[in-house]
Amino acid sequence: MKKLTLFSVLVLSALIAFSGCGKKDKTTIDGKEVVMGFIYVGPIGDGGWTYAHEQGRKAVEKETGIRTIFKETVPEGAEVKDVIRSMIDQGATIIAATSFGYMDYVAEIAKEFPAIKFLHCSGYKMGENLSTYFGRIEQPRYLSGIVAGMKTKTNKIGYVAAFEIPEVVRGINAFTLGVRSVNPKAEVHVRWTHTWYDPAKEKEAAKALLDEKCDVIAQHQDTAGPQQAAEERGMFSVGYNSDMAKMAPKAYMTAPVWNWGPYYVGEVKKVLAGTWKASDYWGGMKDDIVQLAPITANAPDGAEAKVNDIKKKILDGTFDVFAGPIKDQKGTVKVPAGSALADKDQLSCDWFVEGVVGKTKGK
Amino acid sequence: MLRMSARTDCSRNEAVIIRTSAILLALSAVAVFIMLLGHNPLSVYLSMIEGAFGSGYRITETIRKAIPLIVASLGISLAFRLKFWNIGAEGQIMMGAFGATFFALNFQNLPSVILLPLMGLASIICGGIWGAIPAYFRAKFRTNETIFTLMMNYIALKWLTYLQYGPWKDPGALGFPKIPGFTENAVLPAFFGLHIGWIIAVLLIVIMHIFVNHTKRGYEINVVGESENTGRYAGMNVKFIIIYTIFLSGGLCGLAGMIEASGVNKTLSVEITRGVGYTAIITSWLSSLRAPVIAIVCILFAAMIQGGTFIQMAFQIPQSAAQILQGMILFFVLGSEFFIKYKISIINDNKAEANQ
Repeated sequence: MKKLTLFSVLVLSALIAFSGCGKKDKTTIDGKEVVMGFIYVGPIGDGGWTYAHEQGRKAVEKETGIRTIFKETVPEGAEVKDVIRSMIDQGATIIAATSFGYMDYVAEIAKEFPAIKFLHCSGYKMGENLSTYFGRIEQPRYLSGIVAGMKTKTNKIGYVAAFEIPEVVRGINAFTLGVRSVNPKAEVHVRWTHTWYDPAKEKEAAKALLDEKCDVIAQHQDTAGPQQAAEERGMFSVGYNSDMAKMAPKAYMTAPVWNWGPYYVGEVKKVLAGTWKASDYWGGMKDDIVQLAPITANAPDGAEAKVNDIKKKILDGTFDVFAGPIKDQKGTVKVPAGSALADKDQLSCDWFVEGVVGKTKGK
Repeated sequence: MLRMSARTDCSRNEAVIIRTSAILLALSAVAVFIMLLGHNPLSVYLSMIEGAFGSGYRITETIRKAIPLIVASLGISLAFRLKFWNIGAEGQIMMGAFGATFFALNFQNLPSVILLPLMGLASIICGGIWGAIPAYFRAKFRTNETIFTLMMNYIALKWLTYLQYGPWKDPGALGFPKIPGFTENAVLPAFFGLHIGWIIAVLLIVIMHIFVNHTKRGYEINVVGESENTGRYAGMNVKFIIIYTIFLSGGLCGLAGMIEASGVNKTLSVEITRGVGYTAIITSWLSSLRAPVIAIVCILFAAMIQGGTFIQMAFQIPQSAAQILQGMILFFVLGSEFFIKYKISIINDNKAEANQ
C-alpha cells in the first residue's frame, strides 16, 4: 500500500508540474467580450448538417475574431435548456441553436434572458431577442432533382427523410418537381426515419428503398449513411448538407448544400456594431446561403447544362421552384398556372406533390 | 501464479485507501488521455470542479441533476436489498413519467394542489406496476429478474415512442413529433431557486433510512434478501414481500420520472430519463445501498456530469471524449470494489505444485 501511495503522490506532482502550460488566449473586441455559443444536434464530424454549421462557426472565429463555444449531440428535448443556461454561464452572449426541435425551449429561455441574443435555425418562432433563420434549400434541391431524374433507369428514386414537418415535406416536393421536370414518369419513394442523426438507421432506410428497385437515393438526413448504401449497391445518390463526394465516390452525383458562414458572420458583425435586431431570415441561392455542390462525373451527360440553365434563372429571379401548375398526390391542382406557392404556405406545407410515393402523416 | 481469495478482513481504513487510490489512478490515467487531446489535465480537472460547484447557479444545476438520481437510487437500493436485481429503473422512470403526464395533459383545469399529488400518485402506481410485473413472475415462477426487468425497459421506451409519434403528438407542432408542454399548474413549484423535487428527495432519504433500519417491514426485507428460506422459516410471506418491495422500488423510480417530467422537462419525451435509470444502478451499488451515502454519491455523480458538460464547452473537448473521461473514472472506481471484496496474492508455482 505504501508503494501505491508513493506512486499516487508522484503522479499528482507530475500533474502539478504540467499545469501552467497550454493556456489559450481569449479574444476580446473593444474591451467587451462577445462570445457566441453553437448548439448542435449531432457531432461536428457527421459530414453533413452539423458539419456545415461547424464550418459557419469557424468562419465566425476567423472573420470576426470573437470567441465561440459549442456543444455537440444535444438531443431535441429539455436538455437543450441546460445547455443554453450553461453557455450563458460561460459567457455566451449570442446563441445559435441549430435544430428544429430546439425551438420551444429556445423561445422559453429567450424570455428568461432578454440581454442574450438568440438565433434559432429552421423554426418559425420569433421574439424580441430571438431570430429565426433558414435558407431556401428547395432551390438547389430542385436542381439536384433534375440530375436524379435524368439518371434513373427504373424511374424509381428513393428519398430517406427525417420527420414529417413542413421543412422536409417542402424539400421532397421541390426535389420531385425537379425530377419530373425532366422525367415525368419517375416516382420519388419516401421512407421516414424519425431521426436527424443516426447513420445506421439512415443507411438501413436507403437499403430498403434500394431493395424496392430504386436506383438513385436522395436524403434529408444529417449523415452520409444513405450515400454509402447506394455506393455499396453500385447505385447512385444525391447528398445533402455538405459535399459528400468523399464518402461515396462512385455513387454521389451532387447535393444541395448549406453555406452558413456569411449569415453567422453578418449577424455577429451587426451585434458588434450595435445594430442587431431580431429578424426572420430566409435567404436563397442568390444570397449564397444555399448552393448546389459541384456535379461529379457520376451524373448523366447533359445534366450539368440543364442544371446551369435553370440555376441562372433562379439567380436572376425569373424561375420559382414552386410556380404552378402543381398537383398533389390525388391529382388536385394545388397551385394553379400563373401563380406560385406563397411563403406562408411553404412554411406550413403538409401535402406531397404528384409523383411522390409516401404519406406526410403517420408512418 | 495469481490467486484470488475472498476478503473477510477488509477494514474500513483499508477500504478507504483502496477507493482513494482507485480515484487517483483513474485521474492519472485520464490525465494521459487529456494530454493526448492537447489540454492540461490539472486545469481540466480544476475547471470540472469549478463547473460543478463554482457558483450558486452551478451548484443548483448539480443538485438538480442529482435529484432524479437520488430518488431512483433509493428505489433501486430497496430492490437490491432483496437481492432482486432490478435493472428496470429506466423503464419504471418512463412509466412513472407517463402516468404523471396522463394527468397533466387530461386534467389541465385542476388546481396545482390537487393535480400535482395526483400526478405523483399516478407515477408511483405506474412505475410500481412496471416493477411488480417481473417481481410477480420471479416470486411465482422464479424467472430471471435481471433479463425480465431489462426487457421491460424496451417496452416502456417503445410505448413512449408510440405516444410521442402517435396519439399524444402535439397538433400545434406542425408534424414534429413532440408531446405538448405542461400547463403551469402541472409544473412543480420552485423553492429556493430549485423545483421542490429536492425537498421530496431529502424527505425520501430520511424515510428510507428509518424504513430500512427501524421498521419491521424493513427488517423483513433485509432477512429475505439474505436468505429466502430463513424468511420462510420465520413465517414471513416471502412472495408477498418480494412483490410489494419491488412495487415500492419501481414506484420510487416512477416518482423520479414524475419529478423530471414536471419539474425539469415540463413535458414528456423519449429522452425523459437521460440514462438516470442505469446510472442509478451504479450509484446505489457504490453507496452500499445506504440511504445517506446515496445522497453523497449521487451528488458527486451529478457533479461529474455537470462538470463534464462544463469542460466540453470551456475546452471544446468533444462529447465523446468527455464521456470516455467519465467512463474511465467509473471503470477504476467500480474496479476497486473488486479489490475490497477479494485479495490477490502471488504464490510461488513450485509451492503450489508441491501442495497438490
